[in-house]
Amino acid sequence: MLSNHSLPVKAMKASVEKTVEQTAAKHAVSQGGLLPCLHEIQAELGYIPNAHLENIATAFSLSTAEVHGVVTFYHDFRTSPSAPQSIQICCAEACQASGSRELEAGVAGVLGVEFDETHPTDNYRLERVYCLGNCACGPSVRINDDVYGRVDLASLPQLVTEAVQS
Amino acid sequence: MTITVYISQDTTAVAVGAERVATAFVQAALNAELNYTLVRNGSRGAFGLEPLIEIEMGAQGRLAFGPVSVADVPSLVTAITVGGYERHSNYLGPVSTIPWLENQTRITFKRCGEGAPTDLANYRALGGYRGLEHALTLSPQAIVDEIKVSGLRGRGGAAFPTGIKWQTVLDAQGEQKYIVCNADEGDSGTFADRLLMEADPYQLIEGMTISGLAVGATKGFIYLRSEYPRAQKMLERAIDVAMAEGYLGADLCRSGQRFELEVRMGAGSYICGEETALLNSLEGKRGVVRAKPPLPAIEGLFGKPTVVNNVLTLASVSSILADGGAEYARHGVDRSKGTMPLQLAGNTKNGGLVEVPFGVSLTIVINEWGGGTRSGRPVRAVQVGGPLGAYLSSDQLDVPLTYEALAGLGGMLGHGGIVVFDDTVDMAKQAHFAMDFCAKESCGKCTPCRIGAVRGREVLERVVDSTASSNDLILLRELCETMEQASLCAMGGLTPLPVKSAMDNFPEDFGVIDNQYEVAACTV
Ligand SMILES: Cc1cc2nc3c(=O)[nH]c(=O)nc-3n(C[C@H](O)[C@H](O)[C@H](O)COP(=O)(O)O)c2cc1C
Ligand code: SF4
Ligand code: FES
Repeated sequence: MLSNHSLPVKAMKASVEKTVEQTAAKHAVSQGGLLPCLHEIQAELGYIPNAHLENIATAFSLSTAEVHGVVTFYHDFRTSPSAPQSIQICCAEACQASGSRELEAGVAGVLGVEFDETHPTDNYRLERVYCLGNCACGPSVRINDDVYGRVDLASLPQLVTEAVQS
Repeated sequence: MTITVYISQDTTAVAVGAERVATAFVQAALNAELNYTLVRNGSRGAFGLEPLIEIEMGAQGRLAFGPVSVADVPSLVTAITVGGYERHSNYLGPVSTIPWLENQTRITFKRCGEGAPTDLANYRALGGYRGLEHALTLSPQAIVDEIKVSGLRGRGGAAFPTGIKWQTVLDAQGEQKYIVCNADEGDSGTFADRLLMEADPYQLIEGMTISGLAVGATKGFIYLRSEYPRAQKMLERAIDVAMAEGYLGADLCRSGQRFELEVRMGAGSYICGEETALLNSLEGKRGVVRAKPPLPAIEGLFGKPTVVNNVLTLASVSSILADGGAEYARHGVDRSKGTMPLQLAGNTKNGGLVEVPFGVSLTIVINEWGGGTRSGRPVRAVQVGGPLGAYLSSDQLDVPLTYEALAGLGGMLGHGGIVVFDDTVDMAKQAHFAMDFCAKESCGKCTPCRIGAVRGREVLERVVDSTASSNDLILLRELCETMEQASLCAMGGLTPLPVKSAMDNFPEDFGVIDNQYEVAACTV
């Protein structure tokens, strides 16, 4: 095992490239398929690897710079590996009106993770988001695909414990 | 006696506990050996009453209970099984008599909450697809004329007359045309699109199909923001069912006409709600705004003639074709025809969707529907029309909600969002947020917006930190003017609206160290 320790890494790299290539090939045939392609790669890998933007570009007959431009334009896309789970705090006006400024200011202290960083042990990333469409019952927090309403600093830790898979 | 129980699966209903309540109900009903059918419906948008449980028993019609907590469920189930539900603390009476709903004029949202969102038979039973059936008997021009008669204006924000837009696309030459539904709903304080897509997705599908028949488009895209995963699932399921049942596809309703539909996800960019940025995004490009002309109606998606309409605009089309444009135009005032789905949000006791004819006053919505602030403190500011809308002060709230009246106050109705703030709000911070948001979300194409918002944010940082001078406020007004006059699109062009209205209506929050604000304000 020990003498072969580089093999799994190599195999992983190869499989990342394969995922990118296959996904790109699948979407390149549909009109405007680049965004669906990037969404799927990120869903599969957790990020869009910079090293393989070229593979995407080739499939779509674009330059690597063009693909890079698209990836970096959108807030949703990441180019470095990230935790598979996310906690998003809504920081938009309707939530501000119902108390999200306090949540935004205190969340790092309560959860032990800064915005745009991954929690040291719990495998999630903390992010800001601007409106989740739950504006009548804010402050709103999204944990993975679930939205929670009327969240405050007191109720957040319990929510996170229940909703985040360790 | 058959009992049907309705518990919503809407995002907000679930966000305040509907899923846990549903689980508790199933358990309690099992214990009580209650025989019933559970329907997970969409929401009626009375979010102050969610989690809402509706129970249909025999002749009584649908009875409402809410807001129900998990702890309330066992006693509720007992009250239904043994009797005495009228005395249960959550009992609200028959659904049809809940004042919050009864006092609305529901046209676009009339079916929301009635049944399971993707149950096509139920949609039909409630009058769905009558509009399409009628449209299939009409010429394209006759469909467009019906929309013109209705007076319908775009609900996405700019309020452009829909009939005129469709006429342009109908008249445009092109083998391929497209219908694009703008479901980006980026405005904070708005959720009507989401609610509709989660509760009554067929209405949107029907409206888009009619739009396709009207202008000669065979393909439609729904551009949906990625913050709405539930709406995505609901739409995709509904499209599959409509396809299987022949309401979409190569030969819809055996008419020989084709219309296909696809959902495409956005990727977290506010500017992609602007129609030309949206089209670039759909094409797989950066969401940069395009200069107009050419209009999307002439050169839109992939360079082809394209209708771009908001979710609510397209959904309204199905009832306009079902009941006639004249019937729709009976509601509303002046050039604001029909009903407006308002969204009451922020610091409000009973927030949610309020569909009323244009012309109802803002104060009635905030007080009679909203029941005042959730915090119990006085209302100090209200932002109407999303992040690019004006902040109104408490003495401006008797304004009637029409496009014209809001414009008269220097504001806008936009997509109908109403965000209530109590007296703890710091308006300089709100103005700072508006500039910060613009700086973050600017597409970067033009300088007034790209640079102006950053400079504006810097000045407002000083105001918030109490280190600003009166010159700073003069500079801020100049920046606002430049942005208004020289920006390519409404992102840069309207960001000054919340900023200036905050300064004008709440000058006391914009203190400067040399105390010259009064002078500064006068000299500009
Ligand atoms: C910055 C910006 C954001 C916008 N966001 C949206 C949006 O989220 N949803 C929407 O329907 N329209 C939005 N619009 C308006 C669209 O550009 C366009 O007017 C609308 O989609 C046309 O449809 P309608 O005529 O049915 O309203 C936005 C406009 C701007 C300038
Ligand atoms: S105003 Fe802002 S968002 Fe609009 S085109 Fe200019 S830079 Fe882009
Ligand atoms: S503003 Fe937070 S959910 Fe809409």
